[in-house]
Amino acid sequence: MSATELTTRKARERAGVPDGQPLLSVQDLTLHYPIRGGIVSRQTGTVRAVDGVSFDVFPGETLGIVGESGCGKSTTGRAIIRLENPTSGAVVFEGRDLAGLNTRELRRVRLDLQMVFQDPYSSLNPQKRIGDLLAEPLLAHRRASRKVAGERVTEMLDRVGLSAQFKGRYPHELSGGQRQRVGIARALMLDPTLLVLDEPVSALDVSIQAQVLNLLRDLQTELGLTYVFISHGLGAVRYISDRIVVMYLGKVMEVATTADLFAGPRHPYTETLLDAYPAPNPHQRGRERIVVEGDVPNAAKPPSGCVFHTRCPFAREKCRTEEPRLTGGAQGGSHAFACHFPLGEAA
Amino acid sequence: MTTYIIRRILISIPVLLGVTVLNFFIVQLAPGSPADLYLDPNASPDYKERVEAALGLDQPIIVQYLNWLGQLLRGDLGLSYVSRAPVADVIGARIGPTLLLMGASLVVAYAIAVPVGILAARRKGTWADYTVVGGAFFGVSVPNFFLGLGLIYIFSLQLGWLPTGNMVTIGGGGGGLWDGLSHLILPVIVLSTAIAGNMVRYVRSSMVDALSEDYIRTAHAKGLAPGVVTRKHALRNALIPLVTVLTVDLAGLLGGAVVTEQIFQWPGLGMLTIQAISSRDYSVLMGVNLIAALAVFGANLLADIVYAVVDPRIEYS
Amino acid sequence: MSAATTRTAAAARSAAARAVAASLGREESYLRSVVRRFFKHRLAGIGLVVFVAMILVAVLAPLIAPHDPNQIFDEFQAAPSSAHLLGTDPVGRDVLSRLVFGTRVSITVSVGAVSVYVVIGVCLGLAAGYYGKVVDAVLMRVADVFMSFPYFMVILILVAVIGPSLLNITLAIGLLGWPVISRLVRGSVLSIKNQDYVKAGVSLGYSTPKILFQHILPNALSPIIVNATFGIANAIILESGLSFLGLGVRPPAASWGNMLSDAQSITVMTSQPWLWLPPGIAIFVTVLAINFVGDGLRDALESRETKSHR
Repeated sequence: MSATELTTRKARERAGVPDGQPLLSVQDLTLHYPIRGGIVSRQTGTVRAVDGVSFDVFPGETLGIVGESGCGKSTTGRAIIRLENPTSGAVVFEGRDLAGLNTRELRRVRLDLQMVFQDPYSSLNPQKRIGDLLAEPLLAHRRASRKVAGERVTEMLDRVGLSAQFKGRYPHELSGGQRQRVGIARALMLDPTLLVLDEPVSALDVSIQAQVLNLLRDLQTELGLTYVFISHGLGAVRYISDRIVVMYLGKVMEVATTADLFAGPRHPYTETLLDAYPAPNPHQRGRERIVVEGDVPNAAKPPSGCVFHTRCPFAREKCRTEEPRLTGGAQGGSHAFACHFPLGEAA
Repeated sequence: MTTYIIRRILISIPVLLGVTVLNFFIVQLAPGSPADLYLDPNASPDYKERVEAALGLDQPIIVQYLNWLGQLLRGDLGLSYVSRAPVADVIGARIGPTLLLMGASLVVAYAIAVPVGILAARRKGTWADYTVVGGAFFGVSVPNFFLGLGLIYIFSLQLGWLPTGNMVTIGGGGGGLWDGLSHLILPVIVLSTAIAGNMVRYVRSSMVDALSEDYIRTAHAKGLAPGVVTRKHALRNALIPLVTVLTVDLAGLLGGAVVTEQIFQWPGLGMLTIQAISSRDYSVLMGVNLIAALAVFGANLLADIVYAVVDPRIEYS
Repeated sequence: MSAATTRTAAAARSAAARAVAASLGREESYLRSVVRRFFKHRLAGIGLVVFVAMILVAVLAPLIAPHDPNQIFDEFQAAPSSAHLLGTDPVGRDVLSRLVFGTRVSITVSVGAVSVYVVIGVCLGLAAGYYGKVVDAVLMRVADVFMSFPYFMVILILVAVIGPSLLNITLAIGLLGWPVISRLVRGSVLSIKNQDYVKAGVSLGYSTPKILFQHILPNALSPIIVNATFGIANAIILESGLSFLGLGVRPPAASWGNMLSDAQSITVMTSQPWLWLPPGIAIFVTVLAINFVGDGLRDALESRETKSHR
């Protein structure tokens, strides 16, 4: 049995999810922000930060979400753990729609969903010592006495590769990488089943990034965790993800396993992302690249039809008028994309 | 921007209403009935009730407030409990001297504080700066009544240069320009000291910040004369916030005027306030409090609008 | 020593301090760096000493005062002498003793009033900033209403209406002073609540009061502390001003303000300076000292260096 299968089994058992069922299912998630203006603050427009996003996350896997800044990937992450309330759509976690829960139930279920934030400098309260920051979740929920909490903190620090000495330090005394380890440790204190990792390595030095990614991988295997890994960089996503969701202007462009996506992207947008990412193999560098021009359109006034048509080199009349639906290609359901004229098919 | 200004005005309507409510209810806190002030202490309870009914005091407090507000909207501030003259007339007779005193103090304070603050900022860390900062600390820390007594002691009683109080020399037949001016000097010094002290510190720190901005270094780097840099680049950005500080000063001046007028027997609103307090003339107190609050309220509104016009960085959405 | 060399020396000193801290393998703590920066201002240090001394005088007044402040001696309006270091007043009471007991009034009223409005201001500011929307709009409009009234004048009128007494002055200053604090707190909350550590608290299921008072408030304290310090200085002036106008602490109780008030006559001013100079100087020195402390605190707590530290 491979390590991945072990992780899957462990994760499934912990969350109590039946075989083949997703741990988290995001269904047609939509999050609109009103734009207010005028004398009496009428709603004058809507920013469609997330617009009809659907995907499943299975126990033990890492689902990567990539896209440029402003594509709605972070908002999606925050909506999953209910830091933001979706305008419509469902987030089904461990078989229950979070929207249907009352405040108390939601609070309990939510503890199984934790988040690691992008900026390790703003995600730790500067006034508290590391030991207190980590013990706090256990104490606030009365899950442990002060003494037991202290022991658990030591254990968790050890798990994320920090010595117990760090307990007495303040966040500003730590490096970025050390802080991010603390951020991960804090998210794990309540034994969550799913972690939303919002660009957890983007703010770190490149040399530190790999260490933290490896730590995340090890923790996943040890603890049977499921990850939603949000990033704008393909490198980290490729390294850690089993499957990848590509987002653009609040919509899903393509979903595929990491191998499939890198071997043969079907959506032109995915192709442009891959081309912007330096190829690890110098022999591949000769390939022709697709270069997009212009800026990401304003999410308050998304283009008609396919949202990518304004920048797509292959756009035709149909793309301007008709919005493509997310459908499986020739390979079947595992590789889905939203494009009228996908790459690799005779047009 | 027009939208912003209209919005700002609309938002201030409930505030205006709130000002009238607070003003009305502060005076309601007074123990006893206002009718007591009209009545002989030996008046029969029956007669007292009739007087209260005639004054509308038997009605629920909300109704009393609405009645008062209705009068107010017609420009009627009621009658003085003591002199029976309309409160509006009583205040009208005293507002001139106070405006003169406040206006003169404001002009003096700004005329001194702005150049001195700029000087201190440009010479930061020199003896000139320390002197200015020290003077500013003196200004904000010395109580106005003590300063007033001290000035009277030195300039009136010891040196005999300036009068101890009043607006003109009594029995001097109205006096000339110097007579008026000589009575104005000491009260203006007292009233302007605190705001000048505050203003100096404000101008200095905002100028120090402005002078350390990158665009100032750029201006120096491209070879502009230091004076030009200060005048054309730093000054404008440093002084725009003063518009807001002005309204804070207005509130301070109104408060300071009470003490200053009392010390110098200056026949303005401040002295009227003290007189009304000692004679328990609540209708006059209410009127003065309302006028003062309306002045600050109006100044705030105006400052926000001016600020919006002057500062290009504010967004109006 | 010129200003330039002073600055270089100071820079060298702080660099050395940092080097020592680094050699110990630990950066200095936040608190320690605040204290270091505070005492770099010599005047702030002196101000603190004076302020602490005043508090001690207030607490220990019965031990320090040579006489009972209300005891009436035979010689009235007596010039300073060895029996009465600052002379006696028109009633024949010892001026120095009254001055010492006046410290109590000033400190009690100012610290009491500021405590009242800090508590109110912090609670309302936290609520406005954290809940936003209608709560925020309503609370800020109410603050606007209070701020429309000139501070001294409305306190004066309020005290006149409810009757002058130590408690009433404290309440009047306290109940009318909160808007500035609540605006400050609201502003800090608005920026802090978007910090990821607050969001982490929400996702860790912490209760709202816990997030407000344990995670947001401690990070919003600096401007509150600075403002409250200046507020104490201001409240001392307010109280003595009210007492000066006869609307403060009622005689025979001694307050710096009412001692000055007794000295308004021209004869007293010219021939008996011991009656009006000491209380005036006491107010001035105390207020000045507290303003120095406030200024030092502002530099120490809100400087760029300590900010980058957090």
